[in-house]
Amino acid sequence: MNTDSLIITSSPHIHHRDTTASIMWRVSAALAPAALWGVYQFGLSSLTVLLVSIASSLLFEYLAGRASGRFTLNDGSAFLTGLLVGMNMPGTIPLYIPVIASAFAILVVKWTFGGLGRNWMNPALAGRVFVFFSWTGDMTTWPVPRALNLDAVTMSTPLSSIKTGLLELTEPVSGPMALLRDLGFPVSDMDMNLTASFQGIFPGLENGYFDLFLGNIPGCIGEASALLLLIGGIYLMLVKIVNWEIVASYAASFVLLIFLFAGLPFGAGLFAGDVLFHILSGGFMLGLLFMATDMVSSPLTKKGMLIYGAGIGFLTFLIRIFGSFPEGVSLAIILMNISVPMINRYTQPKLFGEIREEAAK
Amino acid sequence: MKTISENTASFTFTKGGIHPPDNKHYSEGVPIQDAPVPELFVVPLSQHLGSPAEPVVEAGNTVAFGDLLAKSSGFISANIHSPCAGEVKEFTEVFLPHGGRSKAVVIASDGSAPPDFPETDAWKSMGKEDILKAIADYGIVGMGGATFPAHVKFSLPKGYSAEYLVINGTECEPYLTSDHRLMLEKTEELFKGMKILYSVLEPKEVRIGIEKNKPDAIARMQEFAAKADFPVRVFPLKVKYPQGDEKQLLKATINREVPSGALPIEVGAVVANVGTVNAVYEAVACKKALYERVVTVSGGGIKKPVNLKARVGTPVRMLIEEAGGSLDGTVKLVAGGPMMGFAFFDPETPVTKGTSGILALTEKELRRSRQTACISCGRCVAACPMGLNPSRLFKFLDHQEYEEAMAIGLLDCKECGCCGFSCPAHIPLVQGMKGGKYELRRRKARKDAAARA
Repeated sequence: MNTDSLIITSSPHIHHRDTTASIMWRVSAALAPAALWGVYQFGLSSLTVLLVSIASSLLFEYLAGRASGRFTLNDGSAFLTGLLVGMNMPGTIPLYIPVIASAFAILVVKWTFGGLGRNWMNPALAGRVFVFFSWTGDMTTWPVPRALNLDAVTMSTPLSSIKTGLLELTEPVSGPMALLRDLGFPVSDMDMNLTASFQGIFPGLENGYFDLFLGNIPGCIGEASALLLLIGGIYLMLVKIVNWEIVASYAASFVLLIFLFAGLPFGAGLFAGDVLFHILSGGFMLGLLFMATDMVSSPLTKKGMLIYGAGIGFLTFLIRIFGSFPEGVSLAIILMNISVPMINRYTQPKLFGEIREEAAK
Repeated sequence: MKTISENTASFTFTKGGIHPPDNKHYSEGVPIQDAPVPELFVVPLSQHLGSPAEPVVEAGNTVAFGDLLAKSSGFISANIHSPCAGEVKEFTEVFLPHGGRSKAVVIASDGSAPPDFPETDAWKSMGKEDILKAIADYGIVGMGGATFPAHVKFSLPKGYSAEYLVINGTECEPYLTSDHRLMLEKTEELFKGMKILYSVLEPKEVRIGIEKNKPDAIARMQEFAAKADFPVRVFPLKVKYPQGDEKQLLKATINREVPSGALPIEVGAVVANVGTVNAVYEAVACKKALYERVVTVSGGGIKKPVNLKARVGTPVRMLIEEAGGSLDGTVKLVAGGPMMGFAFFDPETPVTKGTSGILALTEKELRRSRQTACISCGRCVAACPMGLNPSRLFKFLDHQEYEEAMAIGLLDCKECGCCGFSCPAHIPLVQGMKGGKYELRRRKARKDAAARA
């Protein structure tokens, strides 16, 4: 019996299977299908964008770690940040922009505060917002997805078409889908066929929803396909890496507010918002399932998570419907990231035995 | 009395808790058998919570089975008895798994078989005081692991009465099956033990909490509960760690929360482990001192997991040999359960009254990993059954801000390990809590000393 090499450490002696690295790699894996869909839709240049984002993130992480005497590439967090940065870029963007976004994310947002776990906002989102305001033109030039089969090279997203369309609106329309139709927004053949076959079940179903759901729309590489993001997100919720509390409260508050008020700009009145359009377009799915739920920059307690999610839903709604930007997901998440320390302060768990319960079974 | 006839009803505590792999299949089907007997017993004098017992024998004395070796030395202390007949050789010092040193008596056994301790009917007419005296005299301590002297626990403070006696048959620690086997094999004795405690505490009802991963034990205990001559009910509990902790067990069985820093009697309840009930029965009804206990020997490194009735002072090495010997792939030896037990390195470490299990764990079971920074996932907060924020506590302790840690409940932490188990960053949270509490105790002692000077 060789007992020289026995480990002596404090209890507990057994452990849950998840580690920081396994969580990061599984989130990356859950994102992969949506990223690959983006590559299919927007061409090989978007694959280059993804690879450059990941490589530059890893490089900056390595350099920052080296400067502080640590090696942190194997915890998977820099890979995930790089992947998210890439997925938040249009597919044909000049490659120096994702590199700068990665640099801002890793060096400024993450490492000036001490690396993994210390950043107080989501690094990838911060990087995206930083380059969005610096190179707004490049960040809003969208390549045409393969499925739409157009002659044009670039086009605008459904959300930004609506934003500009509403400015010139003279007659009330029923909602975003009607406005897009009036503006001549293209619809894929696949959508035509699917809508036609589903109109038997849902009479009055308009063209365009299937394009949004499946991802035949222009946009960032990673946010096109709501379906694939949803599959990845549900997987992460099942393995309890994504907290359903954040997802549920974010989705609930957003859906409710959209339903109540999103009809107003179209002249359609209250209770006339197009919920389906709003949850399927823009960065909502990506933000809801993968950005808002980032562990480091979200609250610690379940109660805090509910408040945080509801706050993001409110801000996303506000920016999308009444702001001057077509899209509000990333700004909303960042604003709520900043409030997390305050949320944590007011949602500390209640101690066991703090209030005596008299009720007996 | 009425019983809950089906296992459909299930109760549990509400806050926190985890579901570690329970790994009870290794040994739950193995009946209790006698452990091998060494020639030399090393009997530590500190086998309980509180002050060590004072020796009453000297080197050269001859002792018989169950003779007093050392007597209780204070209000919270317990008697120690001889696990064999033989001669006292010397006094020595041993390291116990929890890291403390203890004085120990070395006894050379004469190899004789233990006498029978037949049950007599005398206990049926014993008064409360006599029963408590027997519990104290025969050195009974809490057998769940905390080893709190039992007579102290069962002597109600003035002005308090026990509405419920709650019997702890949860055995929520993974791997351990000694209580499970006791409930199956010593059911009758356990109910006599409960009757004894019932007559001392005079509760309204006795409630037995058993987790539902032991359906055979629930069925057997229910069968006996149905014909018991005192009010007793079996409560099948949903499997969740740390349900065997007093506070969680009371929440699950009587739905009352023990206030922070208080004892169960504050909510009108006394908790006793099945192992303790068995020891009480043996002491009061059979006049047998507590010098042996059931030890589960299990884990991935053990060839033939077993439940052994081992005498106090037996080196752990002999139990491991009985369970198949070699420890292939073992990287950690643990005394107790994997969640709260203590790692130790010396296979000559003696069995004590609190040794509920000996585990040989392999790398695969430990799932060790490199520590990373806290990623604020909140799993420790969700897991903590006491409603603490372990992540925040650890940050305070890491910065040596002990008073701040105390202000947010450090002393409510009972080191159950739910936070450490859940932490994906593998931060040694429990170690931090233990260190913080130690430092607070040290500071208080220093302050008290300064106040006296």
